[in-house]
Amino acid sequence: MLLSLVRRGVAPYRRHVAVVVLMQFLGTVAALTLPSLNADIIDRGIVTGDIGYIWRHGALMLLVSLAQVACTITAVWFAARTAMAFGRDTRSRIFERVGTFSAREVQHFGAPSLITRETNDVQQVQMLVVMAGTLAVAAPIMMVGSVLMALREDVGLSWLLVAVVPALGVSIGFIVSRMVPSFRLMQVRIDEVNRLLREQITGVRVVRAFVREQHETERFAQANDELTGVAVTAGRWMAGMFPVVMLVANVSTVAVVWFGGHRVESGAMEIGAITAYIAYLMQVVMSVMMATFMLMMVPRAAVCAERITEVLATDTSVVPPAEPVRETVERGTLRLESVDFAYPGADVAVLHDVSLEAGPGRTLAIVGSTGAGKSTLVNLVPRLFDATSGRVLVGGVDVRRLDPEVLWSRIGLVPQKAFLFSGTVASNLRHGKADATEQEMWEALEVAQARDFVEALPEGLEAPVAQAGTNFSGGQKQRLAIARAVVRRPEIYLFDDSFSALDLTTDARLRAALAPITRDATVVVVAQRVSTIRDADEILVLEDGRVVGRGTHDELLAGCGTYQEIVASQFSAQEAS
Amino acid sequence: MTAATEREDGKDGRLEETERVQAGPGPGRGPFGGGMVGGKPSDFRASARRLAGMLAPHRAKVWGVGVLTLASVVLMSLAPRILGHATDLVFAGLVGSRFPEGMSKDDAVAATRAGGDDTVADMLASMDVVPGQGVDFDAVARVLLGVLAVYVLASLLSWLAGFLLNDVVQATVRRMRSDVEDKVHRLPLSYVDRQPRGELLSRATNDIDNVSQSLQQTMGQLLTSVLTVVAVLSMMVWISPLLALIALVSVPVSILLTSRVMKRSQGMFIQQWRVTGRLNAHIEETFSGHALVKVFGRQREAQRVFDEQNADLHDAAFKAQFVSGLVMPIMMFVGNLNYVVVAVVGGIRVASGQLSLGEVQAFVQYTRQFTQPLSQIASMLNLMQSGVASAERVFELLDAEEESPEPPYDAGAGDGPGEVRFEHVSFAYDPDRPLIEDLSLVADPGHTVAIVGPTGAGKTTLVNLVMRFYELDGGRITLDGVDVATLPRSVLRSRIGMVLQDTWLFEGTIRDNIAYGRPDAGEEEVLRAARATFVDRFVHSLPDGYDTVVDEEGGSLSAGERQLVTIARAFLSDPALLILDEATSAVDTRTEVLLQQAMAALRTDRTSFVIAHRLSTIRDADLILVMRDGGIVEQGDHEGLLARDGEYAALYRSQFETA
Repeated sequence: MLLSLVRRGVAPYRRHVAVVVLMQFLGTVAALTLPSLNADIIDRGIVTGDIGYIWRHGALMLLVSLAQVACTITAVWFAARTAMAFGRDTRSRIFERVGTFSAREVQHFGAPSLITRETNDVQQVQMLVVMAGTLAVAAPIMMVGSVLMALREDVGLSWLLVAVVPALGVSIGFIVSRMVPSFRLMQVRIDEVNRLLREQITGVRVVRAFVREQHETERFAQANDELTGVAVTAGRWMAGMFPVVMLVANVSTVAVVWFGGHRVESGAMEIGAITAYIAYLMQVVMSVMMATFMLMMVPRAAVCAERITEVLATDTSVVPPAEPVRETVERGTLRLESVDFAYPGADVAVLHDVSLEAGPGRTLAIVGSTGAGKSTLVNLVPRLFDATSGRVLVGGVDVRRLDPEVLWSRIGLVPQKAFLFSGTVASNLRHGKADATEQEMWEALEVAQARDFVEALPEGLEAPVAQAGTNFSGGQKQRLAIARAVVRRPEIYLFDDSFSALDLTTDARLRAALAPITRDATVVVVAQRVSTIRDADEILVLEDGRVVGRGTHDELLAGCGTYQEIVASQFSAQEAS
Repeated sequence: MTAATEREDGKDGRLEETERVQAGPGPGRGPFGGGMVGGKPSDFRASARRLAGMLAPHRAKVWGVGVLTLASVVLMSLAPRILGHATDLVFAGLVGSRFPEGMSKDDAVAATRAGGDDTVADMLASMDVVPGQGVDFDAVARVLLGVLAVYVLASLLSWLAGFLLNDVVQATVRRMRSDVEDKVHRLPLSYVDRQPRGELLSRATNDIDNVSQSLQQTMGQLLTSVLTVVAVLSMMVWISPLLALIALVSVPVSILLTSRVMKRSQGMFIQQWRVTGRLNAHIEETFSGHALVKVFGRQREAQRVFDEQNADLHDAAFKAQFVSGLVMPIMMFVGNLNYVVVAVVGGIRVASGQLSLGEVQAFVQYTRQFTQPLSQIASMLNLMQSGVASAERVFELLDAEEESPEPPYDAGAGDGPGEVRFEHVSFAYDPDRPLIEDLSLVADPGHTVAIVGPTGAGKTTLVNLVMRFYELDGGRITLDGVDVATLPRSVLRSRIGMVLQDTWLFEGTIRDNIAYGRPDAGEEEVLRAARATFVDRFVHSLPDGYDTVVDEEGGSLSAGERQLVTIARAFLSDPALLILDEATSAVDTRTEVLLQQAMAALRTDRTSFVIAHRLSTIRDADLILVMRDGGIVEQGDHEGLLARDGEYAALYRSQFETA
């Protein structure tokens, strides 16, 4: 997963990668030449007392150092280029893919999860690419190079290298294998502690109302102790890491001097080679350590890559038409013909055999308890979902054949949860109608009963709207969302339980103001309150995804049991009549 | 819903304002919370000193860490020097074996000089050479065993130091966490409300984590690095003051270079975070509003903004990454320069007999050890800054004002049938905007008092005052004749049962959630409460019945079912006084009927305050208070108020209006 994602993402930057590898290679060669030159200084300069030789080789070492820094910087440049381009392209691919998703896929992943995948997960994988460009490429080259150079100095000591690398690998591996489970457990414990704190803060009133502070403190103390326990264990292993690596490295240095000394004595090796050998050995140790750190990052990035790939591999369930119809044939009509809707793999259908018809100047209301399928029904109209069977027709055309842009331009949707975009009041209204004039906007606000509070804002229409509209109250957001649909003057209004956040007086005034402007439009209202919908031309009663009653308020009151129950729950008998 | 409603209810404008300031995209918000903790502390010294003060209980261990680290560093620095002796012994043997046995060293030097090789002769003169004798491997073995011992000991000490340090840090962080947790219970609610959502939590979690990490890393490595620099430098001076001086020149050079690079990269990282924040906010918005973006045909626009910001991020991230990536090559280069200079100058000095070969070898090792801690110190200082900044934020929380201390309690005070009186009560969240002024009312024992009125009228505030969630600005509230301010909060609150709009459940079984107010309740009592409040009905349809685990989000329970559990919770705690904040807008109307019945069951024979949203539910209340702008504008019973044809009558008509 990780590999194929990275390979695919990096493919366009093949040349960059080639430069990185080449430069890291050259840089490593340069780095490795230094100890060898140093050995030459000792063997041919010092031992023979040739000071000129020492100077000349010193200058050579300087040149090599310069070459090395130039190569490494070039490699860093191209590695950063590649990694950041990879991140940008991957983000872009995810964003475009999510853009094609229908509400079903978004629901499947959940918006917060999609956001995390697009941001945090990409960041993680990108980080790995950066590290790969600098460390992962350099480490093996460095290791192989060091071994080769060491062999060049003296083949007889090569068994030392053979011994050191596994020794290092085993000791680091041992510590890491102990550390990783501790760290994993520690994350669980941290989550636990954070959860308790979050509960205490969000539930502060309940905790105090029931005088349970003591109990909460005890609960927390236990979680805190558990976390501390595992953190201490993890930390102790961690503390051992560096000393152990140093010990292995240092012991092997001692070994080089001892065994190297014997070989120098026997004339198999020059004295300068000892110093060089130590230097190469250290390089090997370093590269093994770098490789280990790199490997420690891989599992986490692999999980992220998997989550990213999952998004990229998901196809939308709402496929745009190949040959879209660009015109509707009727104005503002809406028809559902025996529509079924079920989530894939679910036993129970959300909607079953639902038919309805609505046209301009008529108000269709849909009532039913939570989970009856009301919102799903509304979402079928703008094709946020596709019906499993049956047809949805807008303006006389099957929505699956309509050009999505045309379809959406006919609809004004006010969702259940009012959602505003960051920007200004005006920019939000312009989402409804891009070229809305100030006057049109004020009119829409007036209808939506939002004029008063917008006027009261010092900046008026230009008042800022924070992300998700958090600087407005629930009722205000809802009214602005309604205004956004109204300013559009669509053929079909879809109000998905849009009035519940309003107090009853405002609700009543709003409905009165809506009446004249929706005279030529089709209005579909989902509602909980009977008072909101009792005047609708037709009321559809949904229960468990089926239509169990349809008719006017009075007709249903006379003949539909479910409707009677709903009404009875809201009014006492004489008020309903 | 709850927080928002609460805000609307009472202190609407004020909080909105603070929220507007807080809102807006930033890397520290939303699901990207962990991204940017720390920053710069405003008073580094004071906070650092206080953080150090927190280590005081572990003074002995901290000293232990210091001593062990020092010992380990000294040993680690001595080792190359001793190792150099071994090389010298080998070299001497090598040279010695060139001369015939029995020749004196002076003869050997003279012979070499006679051969015209002055430099070698000088070197030879300074060496410990016995002509004719090869390498003395016994001596080499002794030296090497010594080095081995030094290395083992150094590693052991360094591990012990890390071990101790880890204990100290974890114990300190544990204290910090429990201090914060304690504090949460002593903060006045007005403080909790004032904090932007997540802010308090972020201090309690992210910041403490950050303190823990930076303490662990900086304390260990900073100490080691500083000591290593000092120790290595002294070793260098000991071996060769001239070479040491040369090596020392690299210190300011590397400090200068890295600090310049770091300063530049810091600005770039800030820029990167800023752009990231912007892009993330846009992504968050587009994905959360996915359906609306589509239906309102905003996709192309969203894509355009995304592409633009994505490209910005790419550029900013590239710059930051590249510039910060320069530090390593630059430091390496400085290190290599050092290496070259030592190799050349050292070589010449060996050749001229002023240094031994082993000393140069040791020196080369020292220069390697020298540059690395230098660059580490720089990054540790950065990390420390971020850690101290986090600590400062935690301290700010710990220093926040607390609730007034509890008064002494006369056992039995406030016991009684549950009569509540407000006497000339006034209260304001914001001194400039009084909310409740001179409000008086009497709730007779066993009576139900309903409170109605538009959003923002102060209904929730009024009942919160009974709970003493906030302190009065004037007047007093009495419970059975006793001023509630003279009762310990725990005594007062244990007499009151409260059902909040906020259907707060903790992660645990349904049984535990019901028994939250009375953990000692028996199974039968829990079941009785559950049956009386209709919890029993839906519990049976859950896979694990009362053992079903619910969480904060509610998981398998609907909003209505969650509310029923909170009602059962209040029922079981069997209080003398009840406060019900009816939150039913999220509940479908048939579930609401159950809720109403459950609340009615709860109200029987108890003095109750009910905040009603649907007027039909409170028609039989003994007293109805109509609130507006923090005051009571009407009171009476249903019939009386209707007859009066005032505010209440208007409200009532609007709910049942037939347009």
